[in-house]
Amino acid sequence: MKIAVKINDVQREFSITPGETLLELLRREGYKGVKKGCETGDCGACAVLLDGRAVNSCLVLAAKVDGHTVVTVEGLEKNGELAPLQEAFLDTGAVQCGYCTPGMLIAATDLLAHNPDPSEEEIKEAISGNLCRCTGYVKQVEAIKLAVQRMRGGEDA
Amino acid sequence: MPSREEERREFNVVKHGARKVDGVSLVTGRPKFTADMDLPDTLYVRILRSPHAHARIVEIDTSEAEAMPGVALVLTHKNTPTRRFTTAGQGYPEPSPYDTRMFDTKVRFVGDRVAAVAAESREIAEAAVKAIKVTYEELPAVLSIDAALAPDAPVIHDEDDSAGIYDAARNIVADVDIDVGDVEKGFAESDVIVETVCELQYAQHTPIEPHVVLSYLDPDGRLVLRTATQVPFHVRRIVAYALDYPLHNIRVIKPRIGGGFGTKQEILLEDIAALTTLRTRRPALIELTRPEEFVAARTRHPMRVRVKLGAKPDGTLHAMEMEAISNTGAYGSHGLTVLSNTGSKTLPLYNKAENVHFYGKAVYTNLPVAGAYRGYGATQGYFALETAMDELAEKLGLDPVELRRRNHIRAGETSPIFVKLGEGREGVEQIIKSCELERCIEIGMARIGWAEKRGKKIREGSWVHGLGMAVHMQGSGIPQIDMAAATIKMNEDGSFNLLVGATDIGTGSDTILGQIAAEVLGVPLEKIIVYSSDTDFTPFDVGAYASSTTYVSGMAVKRAAEKVRSQIVDVAAHVLDADPETLSLGDEGVHAPNGKSVSLAEVCHYAMYKSDQFQIAATASFVPEESPPPFVASFAEVAVDTETGFVKVVKFVTAVDCGTPINPVLAEGQMEGALANGIGYALTEEMLFSSRGRVRNPNLFDYKILGALDIPPIEVILVDSYEPTGPMGAKSIGEIGINAPIPTIANAIYDAVGIRLRRTPFTPERVLKAMRNKE
Repeated sequence: MKIAVKINDVQREFSITPGETLLELLRREGYKGVKKGCETGDCGACAVLLDGRAVNSCLVLAAKVDGHTVVTVEGLEKNGELAPLQEAFLDTGAVQCGYCTPGMLIAATDLLAHNPDPSEEEIKEAISGNLCRCTGYVKQVEAIKLAVQRMRGGEDA
Repeated sequence: MPSREEERREFNVVKHGARKVDGVSLVTGRPKFTADMDLPDTLYVRILRSPHAHARIVEIDTSEAEAMPGVALVLTHKNTPTRRFTTAGQGYPEPSPYDTRMFDTKVRFVGDRVAAVAAESREIAEAAVKAIKVTYEELPAVLSIDAALAPDAPVIHDEDDSAGIYDAARNIVADVDIDVGDVEKGFAESDVIVETVCELQYAQHTPIEPHVVLSYLDPDGRLVLRTATQVPFHVRRIVAYALDYPLHNIRVIKPRIGGGFGTKQEILLEDIAALTTLRTRRPALIELTRPEEFVAARTRHPMRVRVKLGAKPDGTLHAMEMEAISNTGAYGSHGLTVLSNTGSKTLPLYNKAENVHFYGKAVYTNLPVAGAYRGYGATQGYFALETAMDELAEKLGLDPVELRRRNHIRAGETSPIFVKLGEGREGVEQIIKSCELERCIEIGMARIGWAEKRGKKIREGSWVHGLGMAVHMQGSGIPQIDMAAATIKMNEDGSFNLLVGATDIGTGSDTILGQIAAEVLGVPLEKIIVYSSDTDFTPFDVGAYASSTTYVSGMAVKRAAEKVRSQIVDVAAHVLDADPETLSLGDEGVHAPNGKSVSLAEVCHYAMYKSDQFQIAATASFVPEESPPPFVASFAEVAVDTETGFVKVVKFVTAVDCGTPINPVLAEGQMEGALANGIGYALTEEMLFSSRGRVRNPNLFDYKILGALDIPPIEVILVDSYEPTGPMGAKSIGEIGINAPIPTIANAIYDAVGIRLRRTPFTPERVLKAMRNKE
């Protein structure tokens, strides 16, 4: 069957096979920033924004996104500029191997879009579905706080 | 040779928290990992795995699978090389036994390889795997250390073509026994003696990226293995050996990899991918699924460790004995070396004891294969040693901190264990040249509130608080064995290519090695273009293990950079018509005392185009003569729920002496990650088995690694020292942190509720049971 999806602001059409997951479709179509870690929704490495909310793309059938909007990590940069979250991840050392990073950034993007001033507990909750084995989450939480601070500073200025 | 004081100068690039050189590509999701490359006509490979813990393959019928449309190749023991090798990616000759075949006629654990299918798609490969008919003759299985050592135990490696097994007939992979002084006499002369036995569970690395390899032939017909490995050069050597294929026709590339922690120091898939590509002339992709990762990748060696300590009334240790029985699973990968490290990385910490005995065995069982795992035996040893130290302190009526202070090794001192016990062989003599453990202890005590909270059993409803501590050391590389090399060449804009065999597995080694080169060459990090881990283009390096990269590869980079610096100075001396001895490098130029300067770009232009042209470039190698240990003092505050047995870590503080932290932000990250992994190992992580040896929880839902909400506040304090044998004073930091949580939390639980937990993980059930038994 054919589906139409807006991915990272570009309207696309794909032929999909029945049972194909959104994760499989995205990776097949070159969105390699979407990572495969478990295929059971436990690790969050495959997270994307579906109509603005973070979902594990391994648990979403590709057929279900027909007519919807998807944003992957590749879509977070705007006009060649990194998003504040991406900058903050780099500045705080929140990236080690980088395999969980795309999903973590997606979860944090969802959080900040809906809650521009989250508490530490809310930050931890937002990324609690994204497993990371390298960092201990210390610097990822710090990165999200830094992004919040910078985005607010930007508004104030 | 600059003096130590000169070396201690302020650094320009080193000791700064520079952004990772690969950071931008990682936060933007660029296709940099193994499976991110699409090649036309790629075959998808799936592996048929044994349903039995121990069985002989009587018959294997692949005809139906082979006849399926879309199946390109089926591999079994009938059509693959039979040469035995080790999957352990270690230096040659590997200290692990050659007990593994690509596909054997016998299976030795649930999940062992039986066959592989390469097909046009994953679906076809999976269907074809199911169509293979295997007749097994089941054998009695060995499912514990005790069963393996029983007098009439089934023999797991009864084949006659394995090599390097200590005593195959008794299921013993390796045996270690070393003595210093006379331990029996030592105990007889001791006034206070404690003895404790601790047992550690089966635990998994769980990198978020499972093992994956993509193999293909380049246009000249050479085999390329793009693989998620910590050891590209060992992969090349071991695949060449296993397949009896010329090493020069193999190129191994490690792209970005999604975490290693030891499990990718292992050749798990590359041999199958290589053979598939060589037989079909097509690219082949093998990705382990998460359940396969749990069942068929590697684990930490579960161990039973007994420690006996004898001390004088003032707390001075007089005799120490450690016995370790390690379960290496179905194959002997890292069996000997993990076992020896259990003693060699722990006992030298308390060098006041004159009488020391370390002995142990690593045994085969029909359970998943253990391998290298961050901490590498030391983690297991410290549980028992630091528990015993806590018990000894109590018996002596001493503060546990004070007992450690009276016994731990200090700068200028040595331990006889360094010589007696190395990695699977004798070690090397070394005198500790940097040790700030005293300051680590002091800072840790203050941050946790030791004086105020220890022994107070503060109650909050059903919760009781307690404080515990422990101290640790590790090493920095394997002395006289590990070799790293680096090549640096200069470009005419004053930039440099840094080519290293060193393997960045997410640790940031590309970045810190770039920082070391930049520091020597007087340029910002942006002028160093780092390329790593490609056997065709980068010089040899043993790879990322044994906490070696910063210290060993870092020294190779420093030496290469110094050679290049001296070539630059020679050219600049011509250009400036000055004495090379008087010139200095900095700010991307070479400066003479008379105020004249020449930029690095001009120097390279001159060398390339003007006169006596040559490429400014150098290669240097480094083999360490010793393995300077980093040190950690760790402190935990826990709260134990006396109603449920639940243990909550309230705060975890570690102060670490890693010498000069080349990149403090990345160094903290190494500690934080190791601590998080260790806290999970202490509290929640455990592979569970059925009575027939099948892993019952092979997924990230039932095998609980900690998430962001589960992590307690972690505080890491970097306590600078200066290691004169390391690059810019650096030692290692990759592994040591993971040793801390188990004993520190166990000792804190004792402080809170008075129970000694001697079996990990400290689940509510075990805690509650221990509390009830105490009553």
